[in-house]
Amino acid sequence: MRFVDEFRDAEKARVLSARIAELCEPGRQYKFMEVCGGHTHTIYKHGLEDYLPETVSLVHGPGCPVCVIPMGRLDDAIAIAEEPEVIMTSFGDMMRVPGGRGSFFDSNAAGADIRMVYSPLDSLKIARQNPDKRVVFMAIGFETTAPSTAMTVLRAAAEGLSNFSIFCNHVTIIPAIKAILDSPDLRLDGFIGPGHVSTVIGCRPYEFIAREHGKPLVCAGFEPLDILQSVYMLMRQLREGRSEVENQYARVVPWNGNPKALRVIGETMELRPWFEWRGLGFISQSALQVREKYAAFDAERIFSVPGVRVADPKACQCGEVLKGVLKPWECKVFGTACTPETPIGTCMVSSEGACAAYYNFGRFTRERVKEATRA
Amino acid sequence: MTTQDLGANIPTRSTQAGWAEEAVAEAERESPHAGGRIGAEHLTREQQVLERIDRARARKARVKEPRITLSHGAGGKATHNLIEAIFLDAFRNPELEQLSDAASVQVGDARLAFTTDSYVVSPLFFPGGDIGELAVNGTVNDLAMAGARPLVISAGFILEEGFPTDDLRRVVASMAAAAKAAGVQIVTGDTKVVQRGKGDGCYINTAGIGVRERAVELNAANARPGDVVLVSGPIGDHGVTVMLARGELDIIADVVSDTAPLHELAAALLDAAPDTRLLRDATRGGVATILNEVATASKTAIVVDEEAVPVRPEVRGASELLGIDPLYVACEGRLVAVVPAEQADAALAALHGHPLGEGAAVIGRVGDDPPGLVLLKTTFGGTRIVDMLVGDPLPRIC
Repeated sequence: MRFVDEFRDAEKARVLSARIAELCEPGRQYKFMEVCGGHTHTIYKHGLEDYLPETVSLVHGPGCPVCVIPMGRLDDAIAIAEEPEVIMTSFGDMMRVPGGRGSFFDSNAAGADIRMVYSPLDSLKIARQNPDKRVVFMAIGFETTAPSTAMTVLRAAAEGLSNFSIFCNHVTIIPAIKAILDSPDLRLDGFIGPGHVSTVIGCRPYEFIAREHGKPLVCAGFEPLDILQSVYMLMRQLREGRSEVENQYARVVPWNGNPKALRVIGETMELRPWFEWRGLGFISQSALQVREKYAAFDAERIFSVPGVRVADPKACQCGEVLKGVLKPWECKVFGTACTPETPIGTCMVSSEGACAAYYNFGRFTRERVKEATRA
Repeated sequence: MTTQDLGANIPTRSTQAGWAEEAVAEAERESPHAGGRIGAEHLTREQQVLERIDRARARKARVKEPRITLSHGAGGKATHNLIEAIFLDAFRNPELEQLSDAASVQVGDARLAFTTDSYVVSPLFFPGGDIGELAVNGTVNDLAMAGARPLVISAGFILEEGFPTDDLRRVVASMAAAAKAAGVQIVTGDTKVVQRGKGDGCYINTAGIGVRERAVELNAANARPGDVVLVSGPIGDHGVTVMLARGELDIIADVVSDTAPLHELAAALLDAAPDTRLLRDATRGGVATILNEVATASKTAIVVDEEAVPVRPEVRGASELLGIDPLYVACEGRLVAVVPAEQADAALAALHGHPLGEGAAVIGRVGDDPPGLVLLKTTFGGTRIVDMLVGDPLPRIC
């Protein structure tokens, strides 16, 4: 398949792998965080860790949009869905996620009308087709999906639709990275930067990471060779004593981002004073809400939501896993109470979460898996 | 800035998730964290992880949800729990406990295979087939995978008030054609009509009886290290076709359902490779789910070579876009066979000799370690575990 296969070439991977190994300093352990859940997915889907030396490990970061939604917000969304005449619409991977009182699937089974959509524009279509219903879009995601939500609000406003609103849960990546960097028990040598977010915000917002925290960051694409090359670029920076922001994903990410996308976000949304992140706690200025000007499309203003925080069980150690302090299997509830079927904490929620990936793919040591697959 | 710095600004109203607290307490009771157990200090990381997962999995299947959700019908772990905890628990008998596609029934000297299946596909008509053809082929295939020759099938219809009679004629005509093609007769049936809004146009249930004329015992537990895994053609055509036919995706691809009766193909295969360990049609949950069931039942490791798995470019492309894995996508006319290595060439040749098996390929082999696991050698050159699916194969959002 064109534009795909050339980024999955095993021969090129072997070359990069050898170069990464050459850059390893004896006795040194390297830990890089891939911030984005999409990268975590690629790493496991293609078995990319097989190409990394034992001393280089990847820590799976907080960049999975489904995982970071706190249970209380999901309860709020379900409360909205249970209001009369409401059709709640949501991306598919949100459907299974349990809140304090169950998931969208459970709520649907109990009589609410919650539908899966592939784009917020699909919700808009449902709103047009059902003028006697109140259609709400469960808006989630980082700067990657915020522009499409913003465009949808603008289109709804232009059409004068009065039965469409969004329940805004958009979050911003920089404060989350900052929260991880500010953690006193941090153990990271650098970051694989989120490629899709960067297509919108560009590379500049990461410069403080290199400058103030002395950690290199490479914006990376989503094919396995992209990630392998990014690890190589990080290793080279460390070897040469540099800490800079570099752009591996230049074929898609402009250094200054996408001004048009940023403009539509700014037009329709503004920063919240604070927002709760599952596993990371409350982070100030880390999420978006609908601006006053577009209040007619803001589900939080239209419906009264309970707004009750649901605490993760004390035994859940997602925060430590996200910071790279604990390996998933070291968590007290990993694999016992917390499984992909009944996820207790954020890291087990979607296949992009660190613990779910570990549960599904990392059960056996690499050596044993390698031995088993040897022809 | 983290929680501490925000001080008085954070909301004070807070509650706990009752279900999560209960799950933690229950796990502590039943399978405490290995690190906290006296006597567990010597275990390696891998042993600890495996021990915990095994103990959690060994717990009796239970359905905790107060209501049935779509996950219970998706063919993954929720479906398994539902079957074990509710149906098997109530109906328990040695035949049902095997949870095979078709049950074995002995009547005098005759060895029969008996199966049933329900069809709720939406849309009812899709490129390459419709619900009627699916209903006949599905039941024929369940019998064929048991090594039986399909004889007769039943057809039960649940129709929704307002369903166009012409559509029913089309569905029934294609059932008749499919039955003729498969050499079976539809010998009994039933019709119910439900109020508008209480059904999705037309649901069909079929049951089938076949005769086991061969002395073969096909069973997922029969796979042995050294065996070879084959598929009879490109995978995922049906699932992707139906997903696209729903019209929600705005993706157009030149792909049609693979629905087909597999009894002839299965017979040819069994003639060529009489020691075939098992046959399965890769329907809901796809090839990955079948291989997991085989690995679990036979306590073997199955190693699949991604590059060898036949997938049409259209299906691969659509799967890439939707963020799903063709290994989990349903087929309705593809079988998976595990055969002893020395009969693999004959088996493959037999499949290639039939029009429905032209695209057949060896996709992997059976090993011994780690038991119960399906491993994939990726095209990229890495390795990963291919696990049972949790919930629906839902597209990822980014």
